Amino acid sequence: MTVEVAGRPRRKGGGAVAIRSLFWRLPWLRTTVLLTPPLAWFVVIYIASLVLLLITAFWAIDPFTTRMIQAWNLDNFRQILNEPTYLRIIVRTVSMAALVTVTDAAIAFPFAYYMARIASRRVQTILFAAVLLPLWASYLARLYAWILILNHSGVLNWSLQAFGVPPANVAYTDVAVWIVFSYIWLPFMIIPTYAALERVPESLVEAASDLGARRWRTLRDIVLPLALPGVVAGSIFTFSLTLGDYITPVLIGGGTSFIGNVVYSNIGIANNVPFAAALAMVPIGIMALYLIGAKRLGAFEAL
Amino acid sequence: MRERAAQELSPKMGRLGAEDPAKGPRSVPPTSGDPAPKAALKLQGVRKNYGQVVAVAGVDLVVDEGEFFTLLGPSGSGKTTLLRLIAGFERPDAGRIELGGRDVTSVPPYLRDTNTVFQDYALFPHMSVAENIAYGLRVKHIPRQAREKRVQRALDMVRLTGLGHRRPNQLSGGQRQRVALARAVVNEPEVLLLDEPLGALDLKLRQEMQIELKQIQKEVGITFVYVTHDQEEALTMSDRVAIMSSGQIEQIGSPVEVYERPATEFVAGFIGISNVLVRDGVRFVVRPEKIRMLAEGEAAPSGMTVEPGEVEEVIYVGMSTRYVVRLERGEHLVAVRQNMDALGDAERFEGRPVRLAWTANHTFVLDKGR
Repeated sequence: MTVEVAGRPRRKGGGAVAIRSLFWRLPWLRTTVLLTPPLAWFVVIYIASLVLLLITAFWAIDPFTTRMIQAWNLDNFRQILNEPTYLRIIVRTVSMAALVTVTDAAIAFPFAYYMARIASRRVQTILFAAVLLPLWASYLARLYAWILILNHSGVLNWSLQAFGVPPANVAYTDVAVWIVFSYIWLPFMIIPTYAALERVPESLVEAASDLGARRWRTLRDIVLPLALPGVVAGSIFTFSLTLGDYITPVLIGGGTSFIGNVVYSNIGIANNVPFAAALAMVPIGIMALYLIGAKRLGAFEAL
Repeated sequence: MRERAAQELSPKMGRLGAEDPAKGPRSVPPTSGDPAPKAALKLQGVRKNYGQVVAVAGVDLVVDEGEFFTLLGPSGSGKTTLLRLIAGFERPDAGRIELGGRDVTSVPPYLRDTNTVFQDYALFPHMSVAENIAYGLRVKHIPRQAREKRVQRALDMVRLTGLGHRRPNQLSGGQRQRVALARAVVNEPEVLLLDEPLGALDLKLRQEMQIELKQIQKEVGITFVYVTHDQEEALTMSDRVAIMSSGQIEQIGSPVEVYERPATEFVAGFIGISNVLVRDGVRFVVRPEKIRMLAEGEAAPSGMTVEPGEVEEVIYVGMSTRYVVRLERGEHLVAVRQNMDALGDAERFEGRPVRLAWTANHTFVLDKGR
């Protein structure tokens, strides 16, 4: 085949044609050329440094000079597993991530359902903008807005007082962290849920009602199972983002530690990078398990 | 196997009502005082608009129990909307819908004794074939054992025995179509609604399914209301056909009636090829297969009208050949001849003068022009 092409008289722009036909005959070549630069960047710069960081988890630190010693050991992991404080932090972080995920799913589902299946085109667009708009604002600005709301003399207590309800001391507690996390990650739950709900064909809903199922039955038997991959996809975001975040607990929380801020303080304050790396492995491990579960539920088809 | 399925499924009316507390309107007494309500479905002045668009413009219709009734029309003629009104997916702007003598005009679909076979089948992708078929029975709280038995029978009936555990996406188009049918029939509804159920199948499969559908309908004895735009399909299967155009029914009749004696020019044109002629101020239609092309020098049989013309076009369609003939008086007529002669006979006619002959009793006068 190659010989045949070479033997032909060259037409105008022969070089370009030759390259094109080469790409056409070898489809993998095009893919390779296209993907090599970004992939190389990703693998070399990002993955490699991440792996390096994780390798340090198996190293130690000189307690006097606080310099890293390349001595292979499992002491960091032993410390995490043996000290109840760290186990408590891990359990607290995972519980918070789970609680935020469930809260977001509970809020997002009816909202996304309305957006996808009931609202008119116009209302749909407005709601979409409303969901996405907060993502354009700075994370910190939104946190401070919540501090203003939850503060002792903030909007929340202000409103409670107006109704004659005693003020709630929510600010700087885990409850505040839960509220703010749920708020901040909500769009990440709404959008995949919306996408999944929109993909449920109307004819299936009609078929269910044709077969005698009332609205709630249809929702339970047809819409919910078909939209579940979307909810699970959204939960990947809410769960992992909560698991890794360290700013909200620091700014909103009441001093209780989560994995994120312990990692942060070990790198920034204690300068114990090996231990921070070991602790960072925990959410990575949890997420790996979570993703395996999510894949089983078909979440990746819904993304 | 099929006979057994039919026996089990056919004694439907009373039994379903007894084991079916969910269907409220069953207890509503018949609204009309008919001593013998034979009508399964009755529509009176049913209208439906979508904004400015009139989808159904006042339809009156009576479908008898056990009848295979077809709504035939081009796309946009309102036939699918009419079906959706009967199913309860749409609410009529005016008019009245009765099912088995009960007014169901404002009854939601889940309380109507109808089941639908959807154009896209609308099978639940997350359920197995058996679960799909069982869904209607499950919703109606029919005990598991009875349910499984009926699902099994339905599977046998549509010749999908042993495929109950499969997912819909593991089936071919024809098989999915059968599942959709089984899922609807298993509920033994008063009226089964079918919305172009064979539209997505290829010709061969479609023709097989036409015969099979008709057989199943005879066996289970359920009233079928069938929507299609395919005139051949309508003629093949139906007991009666309603031809629809712009939201109205043009004519209702048996396949022979609507084909041989179309009431309007629209009907004549929509079912088969129609040749409209005006002679002595009378508009009439001659079907192509009723026209005889006389060979050169062949004497016209007595009692036949003969008109000369010229063959403009010869269209070979396998079983037969169509000749488009331009008459000397200006009109075009299509004549069809079975290809009984040797190959190549047809081409000889192109561009040549011929004489066309037909008898008066094969023509029909149009009383309503459009």
